[in-house]
Amino acid sequence: MKNLRMNSKLNRRTKTVVLAGVIILLLVSISIFGIVMSPELYAPDYSAKKMVPSFTHPFGTDYLGRDMFFRSMKGLSTSILIGMLAATVSAFMALALGLLAATAGGWVDKVVSYFVDLFMGVPHMVLLMLISFMLGGGLKGVIIGVAVTHWPNLTRIIRGEVMQVRNAQYVKASRKFGTSKLQVALRHIVPHVLPQFIIGLILLFPHAILHEAGLTFLGFGLPIDAPAIGIILSEALKHIATGMWWLVFFPGVMLVIVVMLFDKLGEQIKLLMDPGSAQE
Amino acid sequence: MNQLLKQAISTLIRMVLLLVGVSMVTFLLVISSPIDPIDAYVGAESNVSQEQRDNIAEYWGLNNPPVERYFTWLSNLIKGDMGTSISYQKPVTEILGSRFLASLTLMAVAWLLSGIFGFLLGVMSGAMQGSIFDKCVKALCFVLSSTPTFWIGLLFLMLFSVVLGWFPIGLSVPIGKLSSEVTLLERVHHLILPAFTLSITGISGIALHTRQKIIDVLKMDYVLFAKARGESKWTLIRRHGLRNIAIPAITLQFASISELFGGSVLAENVFSYPGLGSAASAAGLKGDVPLLLGIALCSVLFVFAGNLIANLLYGILNPQIREGGKLG
Repeated sequence: MKNLRMNSKLNRRTKTVVLAGVIILLLVSISIFGIVMSPELYAPDYSAKKMVPSFTHPFGTDYLGRDMFFRSMKGLSTSILIGMLAATVSAFMALALGLLAATAGGWVDKVVSYFVDLFMGVPHMVLLMLISFMLGGGLKGVIIGVAVTHWPNLTRIIRGEVMQVRNAQYVKASRKFGTSKLQVALRHIVPHVLPQFIIGLILLFPHAILHEAGLTFLGFGLPIDAPAIGIILSEALKHIATGMWWLVFFPGVMLVIVVMLFDKLGEQIKLLMDPGSAQE
Repeated sequence: MNQLLKQAISTLIRMVLLLVGVSMVTFLLVISSPIDPIDAYVGAESNVSQEQRDNIAEYWGLNNPPVERYFTWLSNLIKGDMGTSISYQKPVTEILGSRFLASLTLMAVAWLLSGIFGFLLGVMSGAMQGSIFDKCVKALCFVLSSTPTFWIGLLFLMLFSVVLGWFPIGLSVPIGKLSSEVTLLERVHHLILPAFTLSITGISGIALHTRQKIIDVLKMDYVLFAKARGESKWTLIRRHGLRNIAIPAITLQFASISELFGGSVLAENVFSYPGLGSAASAAGLKGDVPLLLGIALCSVLFVFAGNLIANLLYGILNPQIREGGKLG
């Protein structure tokens, strides 16, 4: 109750900052928890097989007696790390391509737009399967696949943003002073698209994480005993007829919560960087 | 009309160019895999001599440069020959033919369901902006858009098939029955859960889009005027709202076919539904190159058809675009 009253005293902007901070803290602690966690915690324990959720095993145990809480946490941590890498790589690709297309114009623009259309023309899941197949599967296939397929949407957005300022007075003036195209792009255009870029970067996370989970669920990539959310759920599918509902329910809920946290984080940062959007 | 025809043709040309590009990229991705096609063909245990392997490689043209292989594949493709699937030992066209219909039914049903439900939810929540119903719909859409398709499928499977026992666990027909004996009712019975799963993920996008559009339309001057004339809220939405929002909603729904196909890969795997999606992941895992290529092309065609219809419909249905002379 005390907390609530304190919150109501804060103004909306501070509240947004606090909320974003709490979300970041949560996500960071989940990923660090997963990295430092000892594998013993989710090792098979044949004396505790198929246990219903309880205080000792909050998410229950599976048919090998592995603790589902720690397995899920480890899986989430892997997902967040892969998502982070993938989103960063994709976002920088999008920034580079978007800038290139809009500042160079002409045939460069056409080529970039063609590739954006090309990548958007293949269903994302199919493209991921193809790339993972090309790399011969494994963790590498999943990471690279997820990392190099998320740029087209953001490229479009950034290209559009750059197009808007390309003919602005300050850009033209700077060109007239003899600044090179590259200098103009880095000094005057990048700062303008930075907010869109950061928001886009964060909003790529949920997509990347969901695609990573889907790809591993299908059996591409990670080894079968690796604690990844997709693999945990595909194992749950194999044993679904046994009626162990907790194997399906908890890992999935955790995944949804993490994805929603990223979405919320993106929303908060959008509010901070682009106050105009708060009016909606 | 002439203008419209010109736009349609230029759109078509762009689409064909893209199709060529996609087929090239797909082909390149698949043939540069480290998975040896001969190993995948002969199996791991069989002892095939190096000479026989060379013969197979020679026969398949594996030693030719990639460009030549691409053109061979392309010319065969145009003749309607997509090669023989390694894991099924049947021509790819045959497999695609039998699975295409199953997938198409599933996707069409899911597409219609998500479109109708999403649109209705969006209209209702937009009209009652700020009410509890609106808040519930918004929260629901937010959760749904963060939920992976296959998890929804798993939950449905757990609840309706395992716990309640209402629906079968998988496949599009009962096990051990000839396809001629399967009744329509049985087919529908096996289709309900996968279709429902697939449609649920599509609802949030269309509902949120429609909601925003309705809110925008209700702020317009002509709506204010209609209110002043004494039209009730629902008449007003029917007369002035639906016309304005239906076109973008339909276009959006057609453009979402790419995601629908991706979702169907996951949903078909959960319900072991024998469609293109489950064949695609099986082909990818087993290193069945011809089948994987065939399905990838098929999926691309799906998406292209969706985008093409979306583009053309937008031009045809929306008079502003038609007269402005620009196509989406």
